[in-house]
Amino acid sequence: MHSIPLSYYLILSVIIFLIGSIGVLTRRNAIIIFMCIELMLNAVNLTLVGFSRFSGDQAGQIMVLMVMTVAAAEAAVGLAIVLSLFRNKETVYLDEVNLMKW
Amino acid sequence: MSEHDFLAIAPITTVAVFSLIVMLVDALVKKNTSLMQTLSVVGLLGGIGVAIWTLPKSLNGFNGLVAGGGMTNLFDILFCSAGILTVFLAKDYLERLGGHFNEFYTLLLMATSGAMLMAHATDFITLFVGVELMSICFYVLAGFLRRQVRSNEAAIKYFLLGAFASGFLLYGMALIYGTVGGTGYADVAANAATVEMPFIFWAGVALMIVGLAFKVAAFPFHQWAPDVYEGAPTVIAGFMSTAGKAAAFSAFIIFLNSVYGSGVEGTDRVQILLAVLAVGSMFIGNVTAIAQTNVKRMLAYSSVAHAGYMLIGLAAGSPDGSFGIIYYLIAYLFMQLGAFAIVGLLENEKGCNLTFDDYKGLSKRRPGLAMVMAIFMFSLTGIPPFAGFFGKYQLFKAAIGAEMTWLAICGVVASVISVWFYLGLVIAMFFRDSEEKQAEGGTLGGLSTAALAVAVVGTLVIGFLPQAIYDLLS
Amino acid sequence: MTPQDYLPLIVMVLTGIAFGAVSIKAHEILGPRRPSKEKESTYESGMQPVKTAHERFSVKYYLVAMLFILFDIEVVFMYPWGVTFQDFFDQGMGTLTLVAMLLFIVTLLFGYIYILKKGALKWD
Repeated sequence: MHSIPLSYYLILSVIIFLIGSIGVLTRRNAIIIFMCIELMLNAVNLTLVGFSRFSGDQAGQIMVLMVMTVAAAEAAVGLAIVLSLFRNKETVYLDEVNLMKW
Repeated sequence: MSEHDFLAIAPITTVAVFSLIVMLVDALVKKNTSLMQTLSVVGLLGGIGVAIWTLPKSLNGFNGLVAGGGMTNLFDILFCSAGILTVFLAKDYLERLGGHFNEFYTLLLMATSGAMLMAHATDFITLFVGVELMSICFYVLAGFLRRQVRSNEAAIKYFLLGAFASGFLLYGMALIYGTVGGTGYADVAANAATVEMPFIFWAGVALMIVGLAFKVAAFPFHQWAPDVYEGAPTVIAGFMSTAGKAAAFSAFIIFLNSVYGSGVEGTDRVQILLAVLAVGSMFIGNVTAIAQTNVKRMLAYSSVAHAGYMLIGLAAGSPDGSFGIIYYLIAYLFMQLGAFAIVGLLENEKGCNLTFDDYKGLSKRRPGLAMVMAIFMFSLTGIPPFAGFFGKYQLFKAAIGAEMTWLAICGVVASVISVWFYLGLVIAMFFRDSEEKQAEGGTLGGLSTAALAVAVVGTLVIGFLPQAIYDLLS
Repeated sequence: MTPQDYLPLIVMVLTGIAFGAVSIKAHEILGPRRPSKEKESTYESGMQPVKTAHERFSVKYYLVAMLFILFDIEVVFMYPWGVTFQDFFDQGMGTLTLVAMLLFIVTLLFGYIYILKKGALKWD
């Protein structure tokens, strides 16, 4: 049985992480930015599981569970914030949200 | 599990349990505002009490997930004090701006317990949970005045950038975990010197520094701070810029100590990196603050500069540096919270009356407030009899002790720049006359007076206590 | 891994694509087509569409969705607990482990009481 080396997982997760961060920096829709952040967190999860699998240490997998739950809590709070912004401002595009600039 | 485990987290447990009680009271009891306030203060005082009780012990709990005692508990006391002052200030302010919802107290207590967990964490998992518990509460609190677009805007900016930074922090943790083979700081300290892939290890450390530098609002990750502090309710901005910053610094200190203590080669590069961040924060923060017309925004940029001063202590990487940071944080707690308290008092119902022009002639209209504000401004500048001076002195001494004299000189130069806007505000209050006036803020309630008095006394007294705090730590 | 190892995978993917394409095409060629007004309508069961589908959902919908996410994800912590409970029980730490999980669930229950009393689940 050939197994896939650890470096493949790491490279894939770096690529996903970069896609996510580039998305955060270039997109203007709050919801899409948030989806890109979730992508970054999932890239981290992949790294953790990869390392955990190859070292036989369970802590990485426990950490993945924590990341997942926290991401869910963040999603709920984030959607609530977007919703309250939309009620007042009727937009989710961040370049239209610019009361404060110096 | 032993009693050690529970003693180590006892202060956190106290505050967390009270946050749940307050939440239940909010749900089950009618006409409960004053009861909730009382319970919050009792919970936070309980946290302080338990922290003082376990302070002399040196505790390690739950297989190295958390630590307790000593410096950690000092941080607990700091967070709880900030929480109490914020509770005192909150009612008047929030009622005046039409956003007095009872959730405030639950969220404040939960944010405090998250900050405490960050200080107690000796493992990446607990650190992450603490960071997120604190941050998620802060996201909500920043948007607490939910009918104001300004507050919504602060919340969404803070939320997106905060979650983005958490991603970096987490990726750093994952890479370090993979190279040292464990999530505990003990693993870092034991295995960092012999890692197989040093490049990945250092990439992880760098990413964690990025994530934490964001949380303390250090250059070049400070852009969120002015917008969030300006839009968030003023009492919350005060809490975020003191307790939130202190929590991030506590995590920073403990994490970097494990890296420095591992004997791994190349820690001098980390010190240089931190020194660069420190210099950038001090100069960018202070120079940009000069250009501000809004006092809240000015305080936000100056808080970036203060993060820079404290990063000097991290760059020094010595016990003296850590002590300097803690000492500065205690001083900073009183002066920064006090300054935000006064800004909050003067803010009117529409969230205006915040510019330098509005502060002109304040000494004639409200001499007491102007006097107290002047004390905070002198202390923030670092003028001798006040707390800020002694804090800076400890930090610069640590830098010189670590043979980074140039860093101390940069710090002094940056402080001199900051004279411009801090004293500019004092001059505006005392020596300028106002032309036409906006509606002035609210009256000084009893609780607010008490909080301001504590802040003033703290600012005046802390300066004379360095030896006492030093003894407490060692 | 040699390139030959991927052969079964490629065969499977190609078979899948071919099956999908062939069945769609075969349906078009072989099946009878007698369109009528009922068949073209949105719901073939006879329900009449009342108004446009491009309408804003009530905020309640989002609230329930958020609460669902929060309470749903907590189960994630119960899986590892369930897997390791037997080991702890064998070591004589069963009660302690059970109490730990009960603490977790009671905390969740507090949150549930809170949203219930605040009326977040009332639909009208």
